[in-house]
Amino acid sequence: MQDASGAVVAFEQVTKRYPGSDAPAVDNLTLTVPAGEICVLVGPSGCGKTTSMKMVNRLIEPTGGRITIGGEDIMSLPAVELRRRIGYVIQQVGLFPHLTIGENTAVVPKLLRWKAERTRKRTDELLDIVGLDPAQYRDRYPNELSGGERQRVGVARALAADPPVMLMDEPFGAVDPIRRDGLQNEFLRLQSRVRKTIIFVTHDVDEAIKMGDRIAILQRGGILAQYDTPAAILANPASEFVERFVGADRGLKRLSLGRVRDLDHIEPVIVRAGEDRAEIRKRLDRSDDLAYALLVDDDNRPLGWIDQHDLRGDGPIDSGAATPGAPTVEPESTLRDALSAMLGSSVQLGVVVDERGRVDGLVSVDAIGERLRAPVRGMDGELHEVGEADATS
Amino acid sequence: MSDGEGPIRIGWIVDRLDLIGELLRDHVILTVLAVVIGLIISFGLALAIRGSPRLYGPIIGVSGTLYAIPSIALFSLLIPITGVSIVTAEIALVSYTLLILIRNIVEGLNGVPPEAIEAANGMGYTRTQRLLRVELPLALPVIVAGLRIATVTTVGLVTVTALIGLGGLGYLIVNLGILRGSSPFAATAIYTGVALAVALAVFADLSLLALQRALTPWARRRSA
Repeated sequence: MQDASGAVVAFEQVTKRYPGSDAPAVDNLTLTVPAGEICVLVGPSGCGKTTSMKMVNRLIEPTGGRITIGGEDIMSLPAVELRRRIGYVIQQVGLFPHLTIGENTAVVPKLLRWKAERTRKRTDELLDIVGLDPAQYRDRYPNELSGGERQRVGVARALAADPPVMLMDEPFGAVDPIRRDGLQNEFLRLQSRVRKTIIFVTHDVDEAIKMGDRIAILQRGGILAQYDTPAAILANPASEFVERFVGADRGLKRLSLGRVRDLDHIEPVIVRAGEDRAEIRKRLDRSDDLAYALLVDDDNRPLGWIDQHDLRGDGPIDSGAATPGAPTVEPESTLRDALSAMLGSSVQLGVVVDERGRVDGLVSVDAIGERLRAPVRGMDGELHEVGEADATS
Repeated sequence: MSDGEGPIRIGWIVDRLDLIGELLRDHVILTVLAVVIGLIISFGLALAIRGSPRLYGPIIGVSGTLYAIPSIALFSLLIPITGVSIVTAEIALVSYTLLILIRNIVEGLNGVPPEAIEAANGMGYTRTQRLLRVELPLALPVIVAGLRIATVTTVGLVTVTALIGLGGLGYLIVNLGILRGSSPFAATAIYTGVALAVALAVFADLSLLALQRALTPWARRRSA
């Protein structure tokens, strides 16, 4: 449904100095956000992340440098017109309490003097997109909605005039952690459809890693400490500051970026009830990597592991022979979840299953370790060895 | 109660329904004029205060002083300048509305949630659009609350302007009542004037409350 996708947003040596303060709030910031990507500005308080974001729609005017959207200088049109072309979502949502949900969503179209019919259609479409039934929500007031519902209306309102660029200031900061996760996933799905260029501010490094196509880490005084993909930043922090900011568990954080489908799968030795034990022993011996065979049911679903001990003697094996508890993982599972499941079981192999629970292959803890040591693609598109720019090594 | 005995002489009232009707009308006109003019002036001053908050102290100080001047004293101060006229009456009546109205308008605007302002700015409202479409509607309950107090106060004060020959229902109380204490109908006149003035005040108050409710449906509906 979206024709307009995002536009490139570029900061060129942007500086903000407040009168009466020696140190700049944002110091000579240069970075480019490609069209249709989410750039997360993250850093401790006082790092200038919110100031940087608010300079894009001129809620704060830069004192030096320039910002362009789609190549056009933001100073080339009046601030209010600029703002109507940029979606804006804030932490407290800021829905207007005296307007219905429909009216709130229609705020920018109304400022742009859209025809009533077009506005009405767009409003219903948007409420639908953010998962709120228009018939049920259109005429309600904000105080009749839950925090999560209000946040969705905030996103719908920001999208109303189909702006190429959206600014989001800690948009999920006021939602409880469980709902936040859901709203984040929902927003990522929405973004994969609308492909806006999004500048997203947070102080939470985990949220930055999850939401960002790329992350700009700022440090006090508005200095850009590192700008790269989440994987590249976690693999190669550019400075001690970045390393401390992303946390000592950055290896584990990288695991939440990888998926099981990215790992090399091991071919399992598949066994069904009734097969001959000697035959299974032979097949298991031929396999270099595996000390266990995997017993499956008639639908190819895993029942459990069979070890050498279970295979002593001759005759058919029965379905009760297996040691139950083979952890199953899905291709879309994060490596973090997969590792957690595998470490908790006696055989440290994960059974990759498809959506119907049928065996697709095996993954090992070693493969996850290898994955962490493999080169990481940075935002320059190149592969970089892990730790090559490690400031502390 | 028959015409010749108790303090209330119904016959006296019935004979003067036309006069009473006119006085009531005058009373309403004097009140509405004072409140509307007061509201306009207060709006201007409240917006000035918003522009430069340093003005709040002086403006509230002056309107507070006006509020404290006894009404009879204010009339005698004004009569040499503006004469015995409706202008004199209105200057006094308007003066008494300012303190309440200015304070409530300023408070109402200050009470608008900051995130609504921030969102309005971010959406691309001009300052005027923000004031008219966001701030005033959200300040309305507090402003109307002030309007109710100012109106009820004014209904009461109008009676005093009878002293300069206006006064609406005050004419019944002052001219036909107090100043003719020996007349057998004085009490009837006073009771009639007071009862109507009180009824008018209550009616005006409830009307404004109803108006506020009609204009702010959002302030009532809440989810469980």
